[in-house]
Amino acid sequence: MRPVIPYVIAALLFGIGVYGVLRRRHAILLLMAVELMLNAVNIVLVTAATTVQATLAAAGVGTPYTGHVFALFIIVIAAAEVGVGLAIVLQLFRLRSSAAVDTVPLSDPDPPPDAAHATAAEPDPPTAEAVPR
Amino acid sequence: MTVADILLLALGAVAVGAALLVVTTAHVVRAGLYLVLTLGAVAGMYLVLAAELVAWVQVLIYVGAVVVLLLFAVMLTRAPIGASADLDRPAGPAMLIGGGAGLGLAALFIDAYRWTAVEFGEPGRVGVLGEEIFGNWVLPFEVLSVLLLAALIGAIIVSRPDIGARNGKVPH
Amino acid sequence: MTTHAPLAMLLPAIPFAAALVTLLLPQRSRAVAATLGIAGAAGALALTLVLLLTFDQPYGGYVELVRFGELAVSFGVRVDTAALLVAVATGVVALAVQVYSVSYLHDDQRYAPYAAQVSLFTAAMLLVLVAGDLIVLLVGWEVMGICSYLLIAHDRRLPAAPGAAVKAFLVTRVGDVGFWLGIILLGVGAGSFRIADVLAAVTAGEISGTVLTVAALGLLAGVAGKSAQFPLHTWLPDAMAGPTPISALIHAATMVAAGIYVVFRLYPVFSGATGVLAVLGVMAAVTMLLGALAATAAEDIKRVLAWSTVSQLAYMAGALAIGATAAALFHLLTHAAFKALLFLGAGIVIHAVGTNLMSGMGGLRRALPATFWSMTIGLAALVGLPPLAGFWSKDAILYAASGTAGWVAALVFAAGLATVVVTAWYATRLWLRTFFGAPRPSSQEGSPLQAMAVSGDPSSKPVHGAPPLMLWPVVALAVPSALLGFAAFAEAFVPWLQTPDPVEWAGEYVAGAQAPVPVLAEQELLHIGVFMVVPVAAVALGIVLAWAMWRRDTAADPARLLGPVRPVFAHAFYLDQVQHAVVVRPVTAFARAVRRTDEVVVDGAVEGTGRGTLGIGALLARAHRGAVPRAVAAVLGGALLFGIVAVTLGGAW
Repeated sequence: MRPVIPYVIAALLFGIGVYGVLRRRHAILLLMAVELMLNAVNIVLVTAATTVQATLAAAGVGTPYTGHVFALFIIVIAAAEVGVGLAIVLQLFRLRSSAAVDTVPLSDPDPPPDAAHATAAEPDPPTAEAVPR
Repeated sequence: MTVADILLLALGAVAVGAALLVVTTAHVVRAGLYLVLTLGAVAGMYLVLAAELVAWVQVLIYVGAVVVLLLFAVMLTRAPIGASADLDRPAGPAMLIGGGAGLGLAALFIDAYRWTAVEFGEPGRVGVLGEEIFGNWVLPFEVLSVLLLAALIGAIIVSRPDIGARNGKVPH
Repeated sequence: MTTHAPLAMLLPAIPFAAALVTLLLPQRSRAVAATLGIAGAAGALALTLVLLLTFDQPYGGYVELVRFGELAVSFGVRVDTAALLVAVATGVVALAVQVYSVSYLHDDQRYAPYAAQVSLFTAAMLLVLVAGDLIVLLVGWEVMGICSYLLIAHDRRLPAAPGAAVKAFLVTRVGDVGFWLGIILLGVGAGSFRIADVLAAVTAGEISGTVLTVAALGLLAGVAGKSAQFPLHTWLPDAMAGPTPISALIHAATMVAAGIYVVFRLYPVFSGATGVLAVLGVMAAVTMLLGALAATAAEDIKRVLAWSTVSQLAYMAGALAIGATAAALFHLLTHAAFKALLFLGAGIVIHAVGTNLMSGMGGLRRALPATFWSMTIGLAALVGLPPLAGFWSKDAILYAASGTAGWVAALVFAAGLATVVVTAWYATRLWLRTFFGAPRPSSQEGSPLQAMAVSGDPSSKPVHGAPPLMLWPVVALAVPSALLGFAAFAEAFVPWLQTPDPVEWAGEYVAGAQAPVPVLAEQELLHIGVFMVVPVAAVALGIVLAWAMWRRDTAADPARLLGPVRPVFAHAFYLDQVQHAVVVRPVTAFARAVRRTDEVVVDGAVEGTGRGTLGIGALLARAHRGAVPRAVAAVLGGALLFGIVAVTLGGAW
């Protein structure tokens, strides 16, 4: 097995993830791109585990599964991240009627959002019709 | 070139191709479906890399749960089913940084590993992995469970404005 | 061997205790303060006399105070006849000043602090006199400095007083830096601050020549400051802003005498260091003539006396420079007597006419007969008329200078002889202008001269006679001024004035000190012979010149003889201005530059840092307020950049 193949694939996936994060405007698509990056990392971990395992086995020193363990952990963290992230996206959508991250104000609430989004933004108060519940 | 290499190449091609579609498609829902494809291909790669448990967890959690969550979110945010025009930003900086990161990392890996081959060790058995998790890594495991709990509660509180509000005042 | 070391330690303690108690009194409690001050001075004087009468041979005692590693600082006293004699002079003058002040400052609002400061001044001087340890000496030395500052500034009504006080303090402080350095060098070099050890080390040659020279020069700087020697003499005439009794105290017995006394006390240090005595000699010769010439043109009676002090101190310094230490100390004692007399007498005159200026005096010999005769004795002693005290001591110095080989002695002799003429001239001028001629109208009402009136009720026009409390000290001081010179005839007196023998001294404490005996020849104070004609002739020349000038016009100032150089003399050769230009202005300019540097560079750096940080912060804040995508792009781009840098610099490629 050539470790370079999964490694390069992971690198490409990571690059695509970065590209997606930067390119996309929709928050959910952003999250998807983040998932791509996480998966790239997972591939690296698992491949490394396999590679090291082979080297260690050649040297006759046990078989550590650390890479696998980390990959599992990252999957769990990704799940948590998606859960919280989607909750935030929903809230954002509820406030702005849009899931575009551009409209997220990072300063104090006082300065009004850009005029381009002022029509879409209905800052106060969140109307009940925005919540489909 | 062994069979494993060929499989990895093929799965990798699928993953990369689907990922490209994820970040380029104009349909939000399709992006989610392409993501399923990518994640599935990655799971296949895990299998080839003898990480059986990771592969199945990937399928279960990512493909089964995360993607479903994402699709739910798409629905809840009333994303347009068809193609949307305003999904993207200018591509220049994204291309630069993303391409730089991806190709740079790839170059690093290629430089590090060249075309060397390694032997597979033992296939990742679930039992050994379980011992590893609950032996060496039990503490991070527990922390992770707390993290999950916190994320759960956080997600609930964030998504339900009536819980965080006090005296009828709703944040924003 | 009788040892009165504890008693000797008590000597400065008596006036010190008086000062402490007086300081605790309310400011207006005149009677108690005066009593305490007089009691302190009288007690010190009595104790000194007891010590002197029971004196057998030099003794000392040490109480170790602090030990800094190798170096010990101890409260030590060392008593010999020289110290006791100067202490007697100090006690007498202090007592006279305390008694005199009661009347002179009769309407002063802050008498208690004044009396306390005089007592403290006396205590400090006594401490310097009996100190057996350089650190103790330094303590007394510095306390004198602060006392002079406080007392010169005592009269707050005088506009000149604060400036004069600050000047006195700063100028002496300049010298004290050197003094400090000298003491440190000596103490470290000898491994002990005890004067005995230091002198033993010096005579044994344990301190290297360079260190010794530097230390001696440093001490000399301090001495020049304290004893008002050129070029640190400028503070003394200005110190006239203080009350007249304080001038008497400073000029006669305490502050200025301390410098001469320290040279005397540490004489082996100076004689052992090459060239330092020559420096002292040149300094003395310059100061001598400079002071005398400045006195010729001064209009303020106290200023004349102040310049004469500068000049007379230079005599002592010159005597020390040529090795005539006994003569120097003898002159110190006689000078203490007649200069205290002159100042106190001048105080009576000022008190009587309400002005310091001689132009406002004249014909006072009828109004103030006792003062007139006392001042006459004092002035004659200052001039050196035989057989008064000043004649014998000055003659001893001049004779020693003429009999010593070397250019320094020749210089001192020449300057000394010239100064005798000038001294006679200005003393005669003062005498004639103050006590003879027609009574001049006193200063006009509201004229600026009124502000200069040190004491007394400024509005009282008629010349009033001397109050008895002021007169008695003056008359009493006339006795030693007239007769002290005859002490030189006493066989036992001369050895009493010898500088301490360091070996003998050290031998009391250091077992088996084997230092070579320094050659300090037995000095004579009395030389009856043809030589005596020379100074007497010089005196006569000066007196006749002044008298001839005065006789032509009794109302005019004989100083008109000086012609065009008169303003030069009156301004003391513009040395104040020179000092101002050479020292003060560069220092203030430098201080201003430092301040501006501080404000612009240091503060600017600090404030600039703050402002810059705020500005950058604002920039960054604006960057942070940007939309999320830009932030994300920045984060990821930054990460990529870091990665590239790490890979490139990390040596991976």
